[in-house]
Amino acid sequence: MKSYLPAEFIIERNEDRCIRCLACVRQCGFETHVYDAEEDSLLSKEELCVGCLRCVTICPTRALTVRTNPSEPRPNANWTREHLRDVARQAESGGVILTGSGNDKPIRSYWDHLYLNASQVTNPSIDPLREPMELRTYLGKKPDTFNPGDAKTRESECSNVRIETPLLFSAMSFGAISLQAMQSLAQAASEYGTLFNTGEGGLPSELVDYGKSAIVQCASGRFGVNWEYLNNSAIVEIKIGQGAKPGIGGHLPGEKVLAKVAETRMIPMGTDALSPAPQHDIYSIEDLSMLIYALKEATNYRKPISVKIAAVHNAAAIATGMVRAGADMIVIDGIRGGTGAAPKLIRDHVGIPIELALAAVDSRLREEGIRNWASLVAAGGFRSAADVIKAIALGADAVYLGTAALVAMGCTICQKCYTGICNWGICTNRPELAKRLNPDVAARRLENLLRAWSLEIKEILGGMGVNAIESLRGNRLQLRGVGLEEWELRVLGVKGAGE
Amino acid sequence: MKNLRTFNNPYRDDKVFEGCAIFALLNQAGKNVSGEPVFRAIANMRNRGNGLGGGFAVYGIYPEYAEHYALHVMYDDPAAREEVECYLKDRFDIAEEEEVPTRKTPAVSHPPQVFRYFLKPRAGWMDDVTEDERMIRAVMDINTGIKDAFVFSSGKNMGVFKGVGHPETMAEYFRLDEYRGYLWTAHSRFPTNSRAWWGGAHPFSILDWTVIHNGEVSSYGINRRYLEMFGYACTLETDTEVLAYIVDLLARRQRLPMSLVTKIMAPPLWEEIERMKEPERSELIKLRQVYGSLLVNGPFAVVIAHHGEMIGLNDRIRLRPMTAGIGGENLYISSEEASIRLVCPELDEFWSPQGGDPIVGKVKLETPALHVPVRPLVSDEDRAGLKVGGLI
Repeated sequence: MKSYLPAEFIIERNEDRCIRCLACVRQCGFETHVYDAEEDSLLSKEELCVGCLRCVTICPTRALTVRTNPSEPRPNANWTREHLRDVARQAESGGVILTGSGNDKPIRSYWDHLYLNASQVTNPSIDPLREPMELRTYLGKKPDTFNPGDAKTRESECSNVRIETPLLFSAMSFGAISLQAMQSLAQAASEYGTLFNTGEGGLPSELVDYGKSAIVQCASGRFGVNWEYLNNSAIVEIKIGQGAKPGIGGHLPGEKVLAKVAETRMIPMGTDALSPAPQHDIYSIEDLSMLIYALKEATNYRKPISVKIAAVHNAAAIATGMVRAGADMIVIDGIRGGTGAAPKLIRDHVGIPIELALAAVDSRLREEGIRNWASLVAAGGFRSAADVIKAIALGADAVYLGTAALVAMGCTICQKCYTGICNWGICTNRPELAKRLNPDVAARRLENLLRAWSLEIKEILGGMGVNAIESLRGNRLQLRGVGLEEWELRVLGVKGAGE
Repeated sequence: MKNLRTFNNPYRDDKVFEGCAIFALLNQAGKNVSGEPVFRAIANMRNRGNGLGGGFAVYGIYPEYAEHYALHVMYDDPAAREEVECYLKDRFDIAEEEEVPTRKTPAVSHPPQVFRYFLKPRAGWMDDVTEDERMIRAVMDINTGIKDAFVFSSGKNMGVFKGVGHPETMAEYFRLDEYRGYLWTAHSRFPTNSRAWWGGAHPFSILDWTVIHNGEVSSYGINRRYLEMFGYACTLETDTEVLAYIVDLLARRQRLPMSLVTKIMAPPLWEEIERMKEPERSELIKLRQVYGSLLVNGPFAVVIAHHGEMIGLNDRIRLRPMTAGIGGENLYISSEEASIRLVCPELDEFWSPQGGDPIVGKVKLETPALHVPVRPLVSDEDRAGLKVGGLI
């Protein structure tokens, strides 16, 4: 069947600059660039280009330009270019459209409608370059009271995990990302004093030394879950759902289950790794409680148990139940959260924005008087330290960074993670592609990102006149909304600007 | 229900913003002394206030009713008095009631009436909780339920006198020269808003706890939300109210010693904690973990008092002035050194504490002259009160 799909991108090659080094040919895993030796000419199969800009970045003479294809169908506000394209694809394939990364639709970003406060006259701002500014955060359950003199409250101590900045790396599983990418995340997290998350694919044997910095996941497929895995960790996380694909599971095709992946996931080589949509031992809240306590038993009550859900309509009530079921940390992943592979329809239409879900969950837990029983972590599309600060002011203890971490390593969000081909060596297991990512270099880039955002958080704290992150956490008076409806302000629990 | 916010925070700001002067005197022997040095000292810092609020808390003033709660109630409207007295007569045995004596003072215009009642909760009314909890309920009922009435103070053998005017004006108006107490705290206020309400002046008080405060609590938003989880309604929307509730939650309901309460409100920096020896190090880490939301951030100098004890505390990087001195039996805390020197030129000891280092003044219990009921930190009433939780 002839494809009616036009190329998404066009590639322009400046012949005056091109030196025929063929780096572009070698670098493109999608085989977009082709060299004709007889003619000594370079051609581009533009229909294969995903717009990842690897060739543009690598080209030593900057001869290449990749642009969105300017050919436009007749303008139509209803039938957008994307709708036309999707229908054409489905007419050709008859299948569900897959995609990678986070929601790319112009969903209202509440972060962009929230503004931060600063001190003037009645309290002094603090210069973070000259004064201490504390970002240290503890994740885990906090009792209502603690009296060191009282033996009873001593017993009720719950284990907490210390992080030096309220920034964590999101769950990205081995198999979805390369060993090199996971090692980069592990190295950076351990150097900076924060945590990375194994995702649901187990912890590769090469990375067991990073267990102290790992949040290890126990998801519906239970891949890689054993006693050593659970105990070689900082936190154990039960993954119920993911912001990019609430309500559905995952499928790692057998051809990607190579020897290393098979060993780590504890499944035979070449078999499909299926993550069921629900955890089949959790059909209700009391079942969740049983798994939480099974994991607490397995870890001798030494590890906080986290439960991660996608931000859905009743997130507040569900989160309250999770805390009452014994979770020490709850993670809410918003509709902009990323993924290695998800049906596009679900990624773009299921779930709610993290800002609203986070505010609703924090408020509900406070109304119930149990906010201190669990740490609250927000996830889903954090683009800058400003987003992070606003999330903390809304009530988050920390945030998960997924896409931002990938971008720091080189990702350009081409959304082709589900193909298994990643020219940047991040979201692939092909050895020739994965080896492009040098973990030492990528870890340094990640550490730099953590450092830069931490410094920016300190700047904002100092401007507000506080010197500890806990004075910002849940302090919604430091936020004001602009351009928001009454109901949105109410859900966010913030006043309008000027009020 | 009456909305106190419309009185105290009419513009609905995040909280009430103000600067201030504070002064406190504790006779460590527990002897009742004249407040005259306190009036002079606070007047000496007149430029720290703007005449829109002044007040005093005095302990040991009602020895003849030492076992009764002394309820000071302000009335903006005489009709409110009937309603309050009706409420009280249904629930309390009132030993004595009278208008708080005042004298005509030119600087005071349109004062509200202030009455005092010496009373005990009557058997049969909320018998299942402690007397203290019952008293708190009454205070909250009056403050939120009866229009034009506001409780200044509700402790035993102590009282709060405050209003709109410079503190020395208030002292004259309320004839404080005629009282003798072993613990005096004084406050001069500089609110940013011009509308002033007598109830909005410091000290703030619940039972025998009083707070005077100079500063702005930048962490107010989260301090308040944490307290709300434990049932505290911050009806006045001032940061000072939050400080009073923090102390009530930690010291009275959770029975923590004041040494820990101050470490929760103004904890050492993490790098200081890391240098400490065990077990102190682990304890402070745990305290910051558990009570991070009660860290009081931003500039403040505060004096928290209750029977037998007075604590001065600065924020942890000391952004507001506070100095202390001991002369003879008296411990002084002041925003400015000059005010202490004015009333006690020869001091035995004098110091300005580091941020977060509390000044703790205690009445020495063995002193025979003491004739005030000093509550131990952990009383049986407190223990019982813990079970009630969330009453206020």
